Amino acid sequence: MYGTGLAKGLALTLRHFVDSFVDDIRYGMRKYHHSTDNFGIRQGTKTQGVITVQYPDEKVAVPERFRFVPFLIVEDDDHPTRAGKDWCTSCGICAKVCPPQCIWIVRGNDPVTGRPVPEPEAFFIDIDICMNCGYCAEYCPFDAIKMDHDYELASYDRTTHHIHDKERLSKPNSYWRKIAPTRAYDEMMVRGTWEHIDVAKEARRGQSAARRGTSQPSPQPAAAAPPAPAAPEAEAPASPPEASSAAAGATPWSEDEAKREERRRKALERKARRAAKQGGG
Amino acid sequence: MVEALATEETIDAQTIDGAIAYLQTQFPDAVKLDDREGYQGLIVDSAQLLKVARAIRDDLGFDYLSSATAVDYLGVDDHMEMVYHAYRTSGGGALVFKAQTDREDAQIPSLVPVWRGADFQEREAWDLYGIRFPGHPNLKRILMWEGFHGHPMRKDWREAYYEEEVKPFDSRWPGGHVHRSEEKNVFGKNVAYPPEIDLNRLMDSSETSVYSSLGLGVDIEQIMDKDGFETNQLVVNMGPHHPSTHGVFRMVLTVDGETVTSLEPVMGYLHRNHEKIGERNTYLHNIPFTDRLDYISSMGNNHGYVLAVEQLMSLGRRYNPPTYRCEALRVMMVELSRIVNHLWAIGFWLNDIGAFFTPVLYFIQERERILDFFEAVAGSRMMCNYMRFGGLFADLPERIKSVSNLANDRVRDYNTMQFLTEMVNERIPRTIDELEQLLTQNEIVLERSIGVGILSAEDAINYSAAGPLLRGSGVAYDIRRADPYSIYPELDFDIAVEQEGDMYARYRVRVQELRESVRILRQILPRLEATKGESIWADGKVGAYAPRVPLGEAYGRVENGKGELGYYIVSAGGKNGSSNPWRYHVRAPSFINLTPMGIMSTGYKVADIVGILGSIDIVLGETDR
Ligand code: SF4
Ligand code: SF4
Repeated sequence: MYGTGLAKGLALTLRHFVDSFVDDIRYGMRKYHHSTDNFGIRQGTKTQGVITVQYPDEKVAVPERFRFVPFLIVEDDDHPTRAGKDWCTSCGICAKVCPPQCIWIVRGNDPVTGRPVPEPEAFFIDIDICMNCGYCAEYCPFDAIKMDHDYELASYDRTTHHIHDKERLSKPNSYWRKIAPTRAYDEMMVRGTWEHIDVAKEARRGQSAARRGTSQPSPQPAAAAPPAPAAPEAEAPASPPEASSAAAGATPWSEDEAKREERRRKALERKARRAAKQGGG
Repeated sequence: MVEALATEETIDAQTIDGAIAYLQTQFPDAVKLDDREGYQGLIVDSAQLLKVARAIRDDLGFDYLSSATAVDYLGVDDHMEMVYHAYRTSGGGALVFKAQTDREDAQIPSLVPVWRGADFQEREAWDLYGIRFPGHPNLKRILMWEGFHGHPMRKDWREAYYEEEVKPFDSRWPGGHVHRSEEKNVFGKNVAYPPEIDLNRLMDSSETSVYSSLGLGVDIEQIMDKDGFETNQLVVNMGPHHPSTHGVFRMVLTVDGETVTSLEPVMGYLHRNHEKIGERNTYLHNIPFTDRLDYISSMGNNHGYVLAVEQLMSLGRRYNPPTYRCEALRVMMVELSRIVNHLWAIGFWLNDIGAFFTPVLYFIQERERILDFFEAVAGSRMMCNYMRFGGLFADLPERIKSVSNLANDRVRDYNTMQFLTEMVNERIPRTIDELEQLLTQNEIVLERSIGVGILSAEDAINYSAAGPLLRGSGVAYDIRRADPYSIYPELDFDIAVEQEGDMYARYRVRVQELRESVRILRQILPRLEATKGESIWADGKVGAYAPRVPLGEAYGRVENGKGELGYYIVSAGGKNGSSNPWRYHVRAPSFINLTPMGIMSTGYKVADIVGILGSIDIVLGETDR
């Protein structure tokens, strides 16, 4: 009969309308109430009817992997030894891997020796150009740059507000651990410490140096491994080495040993980087 | 059915090698093997191209011209080349053939007389590469405007904010001093107009200039010269700003009363020279850019691109193919995207024919759940950037979980596999049922769509239509079966096909495909359970961020929601491979599916045109690239 198809469709519309209220009643008329306990249910797979999120009175918290513009991790203020220190070593990988090329990094140099130090002097991201791809965070070997979850960045003046400098980009490590606890935990497992990877390595080196003092240097299998074959990666860790040995304040035992130590450090770094990537994001 | 045909293809000229051998014996002086390292197929003498093409279509049965595109080999061996990929609609691989020409006076005979599907693609090659195609019925610019100077895809053409030939740019590190490109204001310095362009005319807002760049059938002078009232022919300009055109897209129609007598699509308003950007990018840089093509189904875009690059990488020694789990995840994501795409397409098509927003909002609500899932896995709802060469960004998270961060944030926390299972087994099937209840027998939908916008099977093939547009015309051609990739061969699903070739047939194809996608997803879920814990990277080795890709060419194609999405990639330049693609071409279904728009629309009413466009399902990000 002509019109049955129409009637069926209208019946469905009516059901959707009713369903929305059924859900509301089911959750005790608290659908738009400021209690958060039913939010997961009504935004989940089980809910029926049409339910709107009342932005900005309520916002959907974003999942951990969510990516908006990047930020740089700095050590927490209450860190015993490295408070306020950058995790970034200005290795430049993120600037190279950024598709729209919106990262500018000025590598820091030691004012006395003129040699590179593992800290960026300046760091800019033009967030108007940033395409939120997440590559910088994905390929950073030091877990120093992460994708932020704060998407409310609209402003009236893009010329002054939309180029984020180092100060604007920097956020404490604890912030990252707060917004992405699972991922921060996974990264920690890969690094083997909650600390920056350099801190861990220095600690390790301190140990081996101590051992060296008493006995023959114990050959480490990791050090014996040949350097990774990927050619473009080879230049990546060029910057950090010199500096961190100075920072560590470790006593140089001999020219040769120092060089060997340096190579081992690089190999370890590469290994860690590979492992970090394997861990996913 | 397609498999059955595929097995018959073992006899001689049925195989690609056989076909090549056949052409070599038939045209010994016109064709030669393309023996460059990593290349395949034939190089055809330009002068005899038409003859050979006819033989390819008629004698060998390669009735479907998938892609025709140009490459500029400036600095490699200094010629231009047109590359054609022809397929059989009965299934099987590509016959690749090329025609070469001089860079200076670039000319190659048009293949439009053989495959109408070459029409827009040759116009694009003229527009972007400056190759002329004698014999083309309407060789006008298609993406750029006619006042544009030069041909931007040529290797020696440089854009306004040109910095360096390829990325990464040296100015970023270690002495990276930030600047805004527009502050360098190069306009006036780097923008030139062709000598024949009269800049004053750009101020002219009369009708004539609005239509002067058009060719096909629309001749405003002629119509207006008839002293106004003597004719009831009228030119109507729909778009580029029009709610029905799904973006900035323009259709110029001549109408006789309410009946359309001719239609010409005009596009390019969203053109950003994606391919030029792609050639400056490194291989990895391009993945998030592909998201921005058909932004409704970015997972599918990623997939096609990584398949093409993986094809090239597999020519080298150090290449690990993706693991089984990785393939299963890819297929799952792509099928979810297909569901999103079809829900979206059907919803907006209904808007176009007057079912204003009730259905589409129901579908969007379901789509939200899938996007939530994408967001939790890939990090973004639409710009997923999920796939990598030989792997993925990351495996599924254990839980889809959020943490309160901003004021008023409400958190959610679901088990990922449970969420997926409920989606696939309950929510999506229920939505499809509702969709059918709402629409399939709805009398208004039936009356508006049956017998409207008819495209015959013959035309669909000849015009290189793809996806639901092709299958709605009775051609059972689905790349997942015809030229399989990933793990599709082991999955059980049917090709959706309808015979009528009208809007309703295309709608039904989409509904069937929704059901087939659910069927595939149901097979994927146990595979995911079975491979739990397996790495998504072969041997656990994560891909490098700057891979060197061996020399050669590759054409990766996937069945995306809107049709065949193909990527033609050439790696050239260095001796040991390249880190940036020499040529990066996107065979965009939204673009090529518009080729038959004119013949599909002729004879219908203006109000139907909107629906016909909706039933093709285009997205301008991909059409204009
Ligand atoms: S990749 Fe990481 S460590 Fe290297 S420069 Fe970027 S943020 Fe700093
Ligand atoms: S998210 Fe992507 S575009 Fe943005 S700064 Fe990082 S790498 Fe560049």
